Amino acid sequence: MIEKSEKYLINGAKDKWEVVIGLEVHAQVTSNSKLFSGSSTTFGAEPNTQVSLVDCAFPGMLPVINEYCVQQAVKTGLGLNAKINAYSVFDRKNYFYADLPQGYQISQYKNPIVGEGEITLDLPNGSKKVGIERLHLEQDAGKSIHDIDLSNTFVDLNRSGVALMEIVSKPDLRSPDEVSAYIKKLRSIMKYLGTCDGNMQEGSLRADVNVSVRKEGDTKLGTRCEIKNVNSIKFMQMAIIYESKRQVELLESGKSIDQETRLFDTKKNETRSMRSKEDAHDYRYFPDPDLLPLNLDKKLIEKIRKDLPELPDEKKERFIKEHSLTPYEANVLVSEKEISNYFEEVIKSSDKKLAKNWIMGDLFASLNEKNISILESPIKAKKMAELIDSISSGVISGRTAKEVFEIMKETGEDPKQIIENKGLQQKSDPKELEKIIDKILSDNKDKAEQYKSGKDKLFGFFVGQVMKESGGKANPQLVNEILKKKLK
Amino acid sequence: MSELTKKSLTEIANLIKKKEIKSEELTQSFIKNIEKDKKLNSFVTKCSESALKKAKDFDKKPKLNTLLPGIPIAVKDLFCTSGVKTTAGSKMLENFIPNYESTITNNLWNEGAFLLGKLNCDEYAMGSSNETSYFGNVMNPIAENTVPGGSSGGSSSALAADLTPATIGTDTGGSIRQPASFTGTVGLKPTYGLCSRWGIVAFASSLDQAGPMTRSVEDCALMLEAMASFDERDSTSINKKKENYSKNLTNKIKGLKIGIPKEYRVDGMSKEIDKLWENGKKILKDSGAEIVDISLPNTKYALPAYYIVAPAEASSNLARYDGVKYGFRSSKGNNLIEMYENTRSEGFGDEVKRRILIGTYVLSSGYYDAYYLKAQKVRQLIKNDFDQAFKKVDTILTPSTPSSAFKIGEKKDDPISMYLNDIFTVPVNLAGIPAISIPAGHDNNKFPLGLQLIGKPLDEQKLLNIAFAVEKKINFKQMLNRWWEK
Amino acid sequence: MSIDKDKIKHISKLARISLDAKKTESLAKDLSSIFKFIEQLNELNTDKIEPLSSILNEPLRSRKDVVNDGKIRERILENSPQKNDEFFVVPKVID
Repeated sequence: MIEKSEKYLINGAKDKWEVVIGLEVHAQVTSNSKLFSGSSTTFGAEPNTQVSLVDCAFPGMLPVINEYCVQQAVKTGLGLNAKINAYSVFDRKNYFYADLPQGYQISQYKNPIVGEGEITLDLPNGSKKVGIERLHLEQDAGKSIHDIDLSNTFVDLNRSGVALMEIVSKPDLRSPDEVSAYIKKLRSIMKYLGTCDGNMQEGSLRADVNVSVRKEGDTKLGTRCEIKNVNSIKFMQMAIIYESKRQVELLESGKSIDQETRLFDTKKNETRSMRSKEDAHDYRYFPDPDLLPLNLDKKLIEKIRKDLPELPDEKKERFIKEHSLTPYEANVLVSEKEISNYFEEVIKSSDKKLAKNWIMGDLFASLNEKNISILESPIKAKKMAELIDSISSGVISGRTAKEVFEIMKETGEDPKQIIENKGLQQKSDPKELEKIIDKILSDNKDKAEQYKSGKDKLFGFFVGQVMKESGGKANPQLVNEILKKKLK
Repeated sequence: MSELTKKSLTEIANLIKKKEIKSEELTQSFIKNIEKDKKLNSFVTKCSESALKKAKDFDKKPKLNTLLPGIPIAVKDLFCTSGVKTTAGSKMLENFIPNYESTITNNLWNEGAFLLGKLNCDEYAMGSSNETSYFGNVMNPIAENTVPGGSSGGSSSALAADLTPATIGTDTGGSIRQPASFTGTVGLKPTYGLCSRWGIVAFASSLDQAGPMTRSVEDCALMLEAMASFDERDSTSINKKKENYSKNLTNKIKGLKIGIPKEYRVDGMSKEIDKLWENGKKILKDSGAEIVDISLPNTKYALPAYYIVAPAEASSNLARYDGVKYGFRSSKGNNLIEMYENTRSEGFGDEVKRRILIGTYVLSSGYYDAYYLKAQKVRQLIKNDFDQAFKKVDTILTPSTPSSAFKIGEKKDDPISMYLNDIFTVPVNLAGIPAISIPAGHDNNKFPLGLQLIGKPLDEQKLLNIAFAVEKKINFKQMLNRWWEK
Repeated sequence: MSIDKDKIKHISKLARISLDAKKTESLAKDLSSIFKFIEQLNELNTDKIEPLSSILNEPLRSRKDVVNDGKIRERILENSPQKNDEFFVVPKVID
């Protein structure tokens, strides 16, 4: 399965260019209430119903931090093998916007809660480590809605104050595919940890993408542009492809890159400058005087570390060792927490090798076909295990199992029930099979003679005939055994 | 004028407890006084009707085991009061009616008091003379056309003129103590974190503290007891047990060490102030305290540091006034940014704009280290000065202000000379420690002057006790001709 | 440091306060004298001093992760200068 992939380079008119990418991922912390207030974080509520006086920044309102959000950030930091900072500070990032009721966002600037860490990406040509610069906690903003009314903007503050983790990578990524692998891995880790649901459609995970280019072989970083708030992997990749080409064209025509903030227009598939944000780019960070510095108790950090669940990398190693999977197979099966849970559930009561093949084969194919996640699969793990068990215990053949599977994927029915109802059980009674075989042999005496005189190929013919006679239900293993004995 | 309104808070509380007077009678007499507030202009909002109703309700079902039974109290218009306009002295909040109650006022109401009205103040508490209020100047009852101090100028004026039996203010750089000193009243700035900031319109979060303003030290103890509480909704509220300041009040201060900082003897300070300070020392000595010379070497840097820290925090705290969620919105402007710029230009007065711009500047890119960070270092030095001093002494005695009340308009066009008014009060806010100003006498114009006692963190009881002892011996008398009633 | 009119224009833009020419000029004068006063601090060598990070020697207190607020849309919207039943309404944002 392992292929050597080419290094991702852009062929300019003159040179080959390398793309350098760093990501600032904004991941919504999984919590019931907001970072500094007691309003709910549930997605999709009626506008402005999840807003407290604090979220709306009424005069005299004060923030009080949600301890669970702090723990979630620590947990994520530990999951990224990162340094947890016992001392961190909340700062105010000052700017004006309709959906920023305080006129500042509470964030962490100089002293983030989590320092450097790293993520291992599994790429087709091997694994790659990507550095994490930092992780900090901050408030989300509300939502400005521009398209309901022609002359006005509507403001919904439901998201205002929801806890986000901003996870900043080092500029270690070199291609759109690596970006995809990075986001998927990060999301997978956070889902295993239960610190972010990773739902990109609901905006729980989005990223600012920093892109620069340099001539192949150069070691100095080029001037970067930041593409703001991209909310799908596909769009990130499209934005990078567009933006890196734009930069190469500029540079090759002798122009320079302006360090600026850009927006990815998904309809036109292009990035464009957000000039209006430029003049207000002085955020005037300073420590929020309504809060005190956050001092984490070492014991708390150790407790969270002790309670960490098994993460994808460890699970992968274990799967390879315990279940004799190839690294590729293990990667696929641990890539999402739900998939690995499913696999482990199935193999509790069925054959590992069969389970692996069925899950990665027919099950994935059916999920893809229906475009659903494994959680939505009509075939629950227990039923899958039963199906596999019917194969290994000889109740049905692998081929019949496919037939049963086809029904299960539509109806979610119990495999035993299907086998029973349709009478699909294999014929495994040697006496019964001997009868059929005897009949076939006596009907085809000439072919039996030819076989005995050395025409080995004819063995398949007999098997086929027996299966046909039995309506496909004969246990093929037994058929083989008996046939071999009789044709000696 | 009713004699009732002249009595101290402690006295009237006792009269109500002993059922010698009714809350309604008491409230009526204050309402009558307030009707003559026009020239003083100390009230922004009068709550006469609702106060009277509350008084009657109280009389029907008197709760006598409270600290402030059936007592009407007017408060600085910086405290959010549910259903009652809260303006912070600004056009920006001219019509803002909160639907929530600040922790401090709520604490007062839980102790049996009710709202008599909202008192004028400098816009967003930025000022030392109450001249920055959108609702006009407030006059000091001691003399016409004289400032009552600021920013709690409406509070000090109303209190001195017997329009409220006690009041509450906020003190960011001296806004309780300086107006108390200017009006011959008592004002206490508690330790930072003793009184909750929840529901108080913020000026500078790391400096703002609410505190009592009263006509006697005893009243001050009573009010502080009612106000102070641990508040889970304020991350900077100190979690400690409630104290019985009034019950534990004593004038026995024998053996206490009182520090006299040499740096508070500033150039150009009047002889009269010096005399009062000497008198204060003598009284303390006579009461058995020991006078110790001390040094607070970084005192002169307090005010410059304050004029970095306070505006920086204010520039951010006041960003929320943008015409979107509440308050004033300009009708001019075709898009969001123009709306912001016009709203904030028309809604804020000159002093507020000045401070927002100072604050924006000191935080802006390239200047943060030179100004804000430097100021925070100086703040540390000032705190260290006090820490060192308190190793040697229990309390520090200083004048409250470098001068007595001045004329309206006198300093209005010279921000620095106005700012210098707070030279003795600001260091205390920077260090987060408590201080009380008590009337100490009069100058040649018969204008009151105050002495300030500065204490260790959470040492309010000791401060009150010393103030109590000094107050008895100074025997200060208000000399008011009640010109505003004529 | 003296503060010129361009600086005033820049910071008033950041602070979202529009100023006419006269105000800009008078503010430049005021702020220049205020900054001259403030810059007394330069006399003081603070190289080895740690800035004050908090005036309280207390740990940061936290809340439990409980939903106990919100669902007060009417109260949230009632003071707004322009709103409808569901939203705050502001003049069009131009990007």
